[in-house]
Amino acid sequence: MLKVENLEVAYGGIQALRGITFEVPQGKIVTLIGANGAGKSTTLRSMVGLVKAKSGRISFNGADITNQPTHKTIAAGIATVPEGRRVFANMTVLENLKIGAYLRADTAEIKKDEEWVYELFPRLKERSWQPAGTLSGGEQQMLAVGRALMSRPKMVMMDEPSLGLAPLIVQDIFAMIRKINEMGVTILLVEQNANMALKTADYGYVLETGKITLEGSGQELAMDEDIRAAYLGKRAAKKGLVH
Amino acid sequence: MSLETVLQHVLAGISLGGAYALIAIGYTMVYGVLRLINFAHGEIFMIAGYLMIFSMASMPWQIAIPVVLIGTTLLGVFIERFAYSPLRSAPRMSIMISAIGVSYLLQNLATYLFTALPRGYPVIPFLKKVFQIGTISSSLVTFITPVITVVLVILLVQLITHTKIGMAMRAVSKDFETATLMGIQLNSVISATFAIGSFLAGVGSILYFTDRMSVNPFSGALPGLKCFVAAVLGGIGSIPGAMIGGFILGLGETFMVALGFSTFSDAFTFVILVLMLLFKPTGLFGEMEAEKV
Ligand SMILES: Nc1ncnc2c1ncn2[C@@H]1O[C@H](COP(=O)(O)OP(=O)(O)OP(=O)(O)O)[C@@H](O)[C@H]1O
Ligand SMILES: [Mg+2]
Repeated sequence: MLKVENLEVAYGGIQALRGITFEVPQGKIVTLIGANGAGKSTTLRSMVGLVKAKSGRISFNGADITNQPTHKTIAAGIATVPEGRRVFANMTVLENLKIGAYLRADTAEIKKDEEWVYELFPRLKERSWQPAGTLSGGEQQMLAVGRALMSRPKMVMMDEPSLGLAPLIVQDIFAMIRKINEMGVTILLVEQNANMALKTADYGYVLETGKITLEGSGQELAMDEDIRAAYLGKRAAKKGLVH
Repeated sequence: MSLETVLQHVLAGISLGGAYALIAIGYTMVYGVLRLINFAHGEIFMIAGYLMIFSMASMPWQIAIPVVLIGTTLLGVFIERFAYSPLRSAPRMSIMISAIGVSYLLQNLATYLFTALPRGYPVIPFLKKVFQIGTISSSLVTFITPVITVVLVILLVQLITHTKIGMAMRAVSKDFETATLMGIQLNSVISATFAIGSFLAGVGSILYFTDRMSVNPFSGALPGLKCFVAAVLGGIGSIPGAMIGGFILGLGETFMVALGFSTFSDAFTFVILVLMLLFKPTGLFGEMEAEKV
C-alpha cells in the first residue's frame, strides 16, 4: 500500500533521513521504532508533504505521492494522528471530529461516522460539547484518533500515541489500534514504547539517526538482543546498536 | 449639556465607532489567523475612498458601491499574495516590516497618482438624507452605520462558528500544521481572511467618508492606527471585541470633542491604549493565550 524508497530529508543543512526504504502492506500494522531524534516524526511528516523529500520516492497504492500537496495526499486516504495529539483545544469535541472530515462533502455519511467514532469512544460522546482542551490526555488521544478516522482513511499514521499516558491508558490505546486495524484500516505506528509497539505490530523497522538499521516481524524484533538492549530496557551485551 | 445634545453626541459617537469597528475587524482577523499586524489595512481603507470617487464619477451609486467593495476585497487579497505569503516561513518580524512597506507604498502611490490635495468624496444621495427620530435629527448614514456594523458582525460570527470555512479559520488560527493535516489549504483560508477584512474596510470606508466628505493619501493612516487600538482594546483576535472597541473609541472621541477638548481627541485613543496595555494587556475580550510558536 505505502512504499518508500531511498527517502532523504534534510532541514537546512541537517540531514534527518539518510535514505530509508520501507513498506506498509495493506491491512497490516507496521511500526517504526527509534530513540529521540531518530527521524520518526520526520518520516511521517514527509509522507504527507509537510516536509519536502530531498530525494527518493514515496508511493501510495501505486501512485507517486512524493512532495504532493498535503490535501491531495489526505484525500487519497492517508490520515495522521500527530505527535502530542494536537487537538484543537478551543473547539468542541464534535467540532474536532467535523474538521477531521474537512475534505468530505457527504454530509449524511459524515453524521454516521460521527456516531461510529462515538461508539468506538463512548467517553468522547459524553463530552461532545466540551472544548477539547479540557479533556484528559488519554481522551485527547482518543479524539485525535477519532478525528483522523473521520476522513475515512485507508491508512492512519500515528506518532507516539502512548506518549505521556499512564500504563493502563497505554494498554487501551494499543487495544484500540488493533481494533481499528481489524476494521480494515492499515496502520503505520511510530513509537518509543518499543515493547508495546512490537507486540502490536505485524512488522517493524528500527530507525537510528536517519537510517533503518534493522527490520523484521514484530516477534523477531522483540526477541532481538540488540533491540532488547537498546529499547526494551533489558540488560544485554552492548553491540553495535548502542552508541 | 441637555439630554437631547447628549443623545445627539451618543448617536454621532456610535456612528463613528461603527465605522471604526468595521475596520478594526480586519486587524483582529488577520492577527488571529497570522499573528500579523497588517499595517497596510488603513491604506486599504484609504484606497477604497479613492475607488469610490472614481467609480461614482462614471457610474450610479447602485453600481459604484459593489464595484468599490469588490475592488477593495481584491486589493486586500492581492497584498497578501504578493507581500506576505512569500514570507510565510520567514520570521514574523519580516512580514511586519513588509506590511509597513506596503503601507508606505500605497500612501506614496496615492500621492503620486492623485496628488496630496484632498479630493471631494461623492455624495450618495440616500445616505445624506436627513432623518428625524424623536428630537434627534441626523443624516441617514449616521443612523444606519451602527446598525450595519452590528448586522455584519452577527453575520461574521455566524460564519466563523457555523460554516466550514469559519471552522477552517479557527483551526488555522490555532495550529497551522495540524490544520494542514486536516486537508485545509492554508493559502485559501488566509486569502479568505484578507478578503473578509478588506471587504469590511470597504464598507467602513463608504460610511466613514460619506460623513467626512474628502479623501487624501493620508486619510487611512490615523483611522487605521485608531482601529488597531480598537482591536487591541477589545482583545485582539476577538471579533465582538473589535466591535466594542470601535464603539468605545468612537464615543470617547466624540465626547472629547463635544466637551471642548478637540485638540486631545486623538490623544484619547492612545491614552486608552497605554492604560489597556498596562492594566489588561489581553484586552476586554481577549483570551489568555500563550504566544503561538
Ligand atoms: N523543523 C526542524 N528544523 C530543523 N531540524 C529539525 C526539525 N524537525 C526535526 N529536526 C531534526 O531532525 C531530526 C529528526 O527529528 P524527528 O522529530 O523526526 O525525530 P523523532 O524520531 O520524531 O524524535 P522524538 O522521538 O523526539 O519525537 C532531529 O535531529 C531534529 O533535531
Ligand atoms: Mg517525533
